[in-house]
Amino acid sequence: MADKLKGQTLIFNNSPFIISYATVSGPEEGKGPFASSIDKICTDPKCGKDTWEKGEKSMVKDAISLAMKKFSIAPKDIDLMVGGDLLNQIAISNFIARDYKLPYLGIYGACSSLIEALIFASISMDGGFADSVLNFSSSHYQTAERQYRTPLEYGAQYPPYKQYTVTGAGAYILGWINGHVKITAATIGKVIDLKISDPNDMGSAMAPAAADTILQHLNDTNRNVSDFDLIITGDLGKTGLKNLRSLLKEKNLELGNKLSDCGAIIFKQDAKYGSGGSGCAASSIILGSNIIPALKNNKYKRVLLIGTGALLSPITILQKESIPGIAHAVLIEKIN
Amino acid sequence: MGNINKSKDEYKKLVKKNSPPLPRFKNIIKAYLVGGLICLIGQGFWNLYILIGYNQTDAGAMGTITMIMIGGLLTGMGYYDRLGQFAGAGSMVPVTGFANAMVSPALEYKQEGLVLGMGAKMFTVAGPVLTYGMVSSFFIGIIKLIFGG
Repeated sequence: MADKLKGQTLIFNNSPFIISYATVSGPEEGKGPFASSIDKICTDPKCGKDTWEKGEKSMVKDAISLAMKKFSIAPKDIDLMVGGDLLNQIAISNFIARDYKLPYLGIYGACSSLIEALIFASISMDGGFADSVLNFSSSHYQTAERQYRTPLEYGAQYPPYKQYTVTGAGAYILGWINGHVKITAATIGKVIDLKISDPNDMGSAMAPAAADTILQHLNDTNRNVSDFDLIITGDLGKTGLKNLRSLLKEKNLELGNKLSDCGAIIFKQDAKYGSGGSGCAASSIILGSNIIPALKNNKYKRVLLIGTGALLSPITILQKESIPGIAHAVLIEKIN
Repeated sequence: MGNINKSKDEYKKLVKKNSPPLPRFKNIIKAYLVGGLICLIGQGFWNLYILIGYNQTDAGAMGTITMIMIGGLLTGMGYYDRLGQFAGAGSMVPVTGFANAMVSPALEYKQEGLVLGMGAKMFTVAGPVLTYGMVSSFFIGIIKLIFGG
């Protein structure tokens, strides 16, 4: 029997293993520090297709088939698939689900979508409703820019705190066997809005939600910072991470090197990427190319991964609404 | 309630403190130099057309057309957005910037078809310039009508 939420946190009695996973990225991420551990790097963001959206879909499909192939899993072995992306109507995920013909739940948590999917999958497995769940998420520089901002070739000048959407996808299969890496707890975030309304500054809009979820998780689990090897947020970027550090410091929480951000580390150092990466693919790629390998190598034992989402729409921004932020956390642990 | 009890004004101050500074003075200098350079090239073409025999008015029109062509070409080749990031208003305000504002959505939405994609979306960036350009010319026309001239 699963336990009820403690505060905002679920502690899983039957925690699922991440049994197989794969990451795919675009060309820019392929020049970054994690290139060697990304499973497939597409040098063409369209992946040889005729539209950017088909390119993104192709990356998700590659990530899913690679994840299945690594552990010899067939689609029939999957009970449920949960996925999301950044496009209107979560179009990419819906088309992926059309191709696999599996029971599917499409979710939208902006850039927190992968973490939201992992939480949903863990709940359904802990509750005994499923034995294997496929989670996937993607984002794509070109498809996101054209939806949220201006045409790609438009010569606008962006501020240095603007983030650069990560191109890529990640697929994570949860099951009961062959694992060393488990999802043992999850904290479901609240929507927090401190009235940041600059769509170029999404990291700052999301930082309060991330701070709230981290503090809530520590409180609900009665743990302190020394119990973690790494606390890593999804896509706050360098500026958002700085704001998160300040917010936590005010609560007497100094995390130093233990606090990181997937978006801030995914690209190589270059002014072109502004404040760093954003998008679902930031956490989707870093989880598979950095966090899980480090857990497997015993570099880390316990990692808190916080998916951060800026819940804006291009329409509400024009209507002068601010940007609500959300942050969900999953606790990932190495089991020997 | 909540773990973060901060007012929006307090948070705004914090964000301002943590944000990388906007290099406003540097941006103004870059915009001035690049904008000036673009206009200098335009003037060069004007003089060139006069030199090869066009009259003053036609040479001006030809110069503008040439600059529009260059703006469109650089957009298509993928350079104008980089110039824009460097020069800001310096490359946005001259006529080459207007060409960029028309060509970039045309390129972008081509994949949604020639009519409802490229044809309809081509004005998403430059549309306001046209709309308010026409509105202003209407009012100027009225003023001219009243006061003569």
